[in-house]
Amino acid sequence: MIRFVFKRLLESIPTLLILITVSFVLMHAAPGSPFSGERNIPPEIMANIEAKYGLDQPLYVQYFSYLGDLLQGDLGPSFKYKDFTVNELVGQGFPVSAEIGLWAFLTALFLGVLFGTIAALRQNTWMDYGVMSLAMTGVVIPSFVLAPLLILIFAVHYQWLPAGGWQGGQWMFLVLPVLAMAAHYVSSIARIMRGSLIEVMHSNFIRTARAKGLPARYIVWRHALRPALLPVISYLGPAFVGIITGSVVIETIFGLPGIGQLFVNGSLNRDYSMVLGITVLIGALTIAFNAIVDILYAYIDPKIRY
Amino acid sequence: MMRLNRYGLAMAILLGAGFSGAVSAANVPEGTALAAEQDVVFNNQSEPATLDPQKIEGVPGSRVARQLFEGLVIQDDEGNILPGVAKSWDVNDDNTVFTFHLRDAQWSNGDPVTAGDFVYGWQRAVDPETASPYSWYIEMSTMKNAAAIVKGDKPPSELGVTAVDDHTLKVELDQPIPYFIRMLGHTTMMPAPRKVVEQYGDGWTRPDHMVSNGAYRLTDWVVNERIVLKRNTAYWDNEDTVLDKVTILPVASENAELSRYKAGEVDLTGGSTPLAIEHYRQLKKDIPEQIHTTGQVGTYYYSFNNQKAPFDDVRLRKALSYAINREVITDKITGQGEIPAYSFVPDITAGFTPQEPEWAKLSQGERNEKARALMKAAGYGPDHPLDVELLYNTSDNHKKIAIAIAAMWKQVLGVNVDLINQEWKTYLATERAGDFDVARAGWVGDYNEASTMLDLLTTANGNNYPQYHNPEYDQLMARSKTIVDEGKRNNLYARADAMLSRDMPVAPIFQYSTTRLVKPYVGGYPEANPEDIFYFKNMYITKH
Repeated sequence: MIRFVFKRLLESIPTLLILITVSFVLMHAAPGSPFSGERNIPPEIMANIEAKYGLDQPLYVQYFSYLGDLLQGDLGPSFKYKDFTVNELVGQGFPVSAEIGLWAFLTALFLGVLFGTIAALRQNTWMDYGVMSLAMTGVVIPSFVLAPLLILIFAVHYQWLPAGGWQGGQWMFLVLPVLAMAAHYVSSIARIMRGSLIEVMHSNFIRTARAKGLPARYIVWRHALRPALLPVISYLGPAFVGIITGSVVIETIFGLPGIGQLFVNGSLNRDYSMVLGITVLIGALTIAFNAIVDILYAYIDPKIRY
Repeated sequence: MMRLNRYGLAMAILLGAGFSGAVSAANVPEGTALAAEQDVVFNNQSEPATLDPQKIEGVPGSRVARQLFEGLVIQDDEGNILPGVAKSWDVNDDNTVFTFHLRDAQWSNGDPVTAGDFVYGWQRAVDPETASPYSWYIEMSTMKNAAAIVKGDKPPSELGVTAVDDHTLKVELDQPIPYFIRMLGHTTMMPAPRKVVEQYGDGWTRPDHMVSNGAYRLTDWVVNERIVLKRNTAYWDNEDTVLDKVTILPVASENAELSRYKAGEVDLTGGSTPLAIEHYRQLKKDIPEQIHTTGQVGTYYYSFNNQKAPFDDVRLRKALSYAINREVITDKITGQGEIPAYSFVPDITAGFTPQEPEWAKLSQGERNEKARALMKAAGYGPDHPLDVELLYNTSDNHKKIAIAIAAMWKQVLGVNVDLINQEWKTYLATERAGDFDVARAGWVGDYNEASTMLDLLTTANGNNYPQYHNPEYDQLMARSKTIVDEGKRNNLYARADAMLSRDMPVAPIFQYSTTRLVKPYVGGYPEANPEDIFYFKNMYITKH
């Protein structure tokens, strides 16, 4: 297993390098300068600004200079937020995205598995139809519709919860964004879980267990759930990264200071260092969580060995 | 105390007299019951790129900096200039040397605000090392050696500003700029605390480090969530300040802003982005007393590419401009107090009396007739339709306006319009490369004076994207800089404005306005500042 983890780590280096190179080239190829605005800056002033940020250097020099800084953990200065470095901004934004994402993930996992299991065990009953209709609604309603709806009901009409803000992550500021973010994943997990559990429940070993007279609850809990969770787990790897690295829609609607907003604003503002920094972070997390999923697979299904 | 109006200020300059005017402060009417908590939440609609006064280039940053820092002058509720850190000033006969007398003011750490802090701040603004995007602003003021310093030809220490002593600041200009005093309220012209800037470098604006000389100090800054300001007890007019805490949000989404306003989490909305007309109409019905609309020194216009055929033909440009029904746009599309524009300089501009062009006096039907005739004279018509690419940047409002104008051109002139929508930075690159036929544009003045608009279309101006070249116009604008008398200067401005109406390098469409929702318990909100400049030190919260 240690060899496997080590191998995965080695494999991740060229993947990350390709990711950085492609992102670097694409960012610089996009039209418009990070420093262009409504008012045109005279050439001599633009030259001063470009010199300060090293943009007066040839592209390959900028690229190797970026890689050199990156190796030392320095993501560079933000081109847009001039008072901050990218490290500071990502350091401020990532915990916010991660906290919301983690809660959304746990909510989605718990409710998704629960709903999926109920639907599978009550296949073709009103409970199955009810739960799966709810799940389908979650998939169909985009978060930019659901989030304002939640705000309208719980913040504007009843004023039970705040309409936005973070306030250091107080629980009441978390409820609506977590629900809005989790909804889509609850639905997906429930659908995957239902299908998987139905398949497992029709397999030979479950039939054998039933023939042996084991109680249904025992069969589900001890024999069916673990293998049924495998497709859910493979879905969770990339989903987890997606959730904890923030949803820009949710962050924008609720005014949350996460990295989703930084990333999108960075792209719009041509904030090269910000976009590259977050790309590297997301890339590294994706690789890491895919590796974790593989390890979990091996743990859950002893047939899988590396 | 005396309140100087805009003409009073000019007179003070003219007479070279010592100037001592009123101060701006919260003016709470007698008998007003104030709320126990004097906190306000304002949505700035965007995250400031910086809070460093010498690096700020956008409205969001300026709005915050104005609460944190104070320059030599400030404004009253109507936009008239008032003394800030300078309590008075003198000017020499040829209007090139200004001497400011500073009041006893303090930074938030208790250090005195001295003339040296202004010298340092301004030198910092032009220093190439600072890489300030607004260093051109100091160049534009014609401060001695500013242009050479920005180019790196002279050291910042040679800038024409000297601390005669701690309370006296002398500024020398290369050329007389009659509106120089008006330019001093800009954030670039604010002082900087040398000790702190040198100690912390780019990070001096963090809440833990920042020292400011305005009515508020920075206590919290979470990028993309909020900025919190608390009262600066060291501020010279702290006695007359009522609000203790100001929270500034960067919520960009108009719907999210509205929800938070309705949920009671925002007391004043941003006003930079107009509300969707449907929302506006509903709010006008439900809470009309909370909608505040103020005219702005700014114009929404379409740039014609004056160097590209067939748009180099004035007849064609005029035809396209005349065929735009501006009333329809301001009534049905924007609909929030914008005024149809028939000339480039907004009516609200200080000291400027617009001369209504002849074509503005016609009915739209008559204008359409003229447009058809001009189009025919230019060689186009229903049999030989003109094809136009109309460039605009992504925004619902720009899109709606572009669709409406394309329909007007089609209906009146038979013009085929191809709408080109580009994301902001791409649009800027396209516009700057001159790769357009007609492009959406807008300009909001840096200071309240006609030249802030008219200079834009001079040949050498870097923002002259329509590429209008008219030596006569350039000469007129150059001459206007030498005239101190406001009346005479405005005659030249009126002539320049008329010239634009004759040559139609751009089609003015409407004069901007600011529409903001303000909770009824917020007192002291300025209703008539044409630059949308407001200071929270002048506001207060009534009991509610």
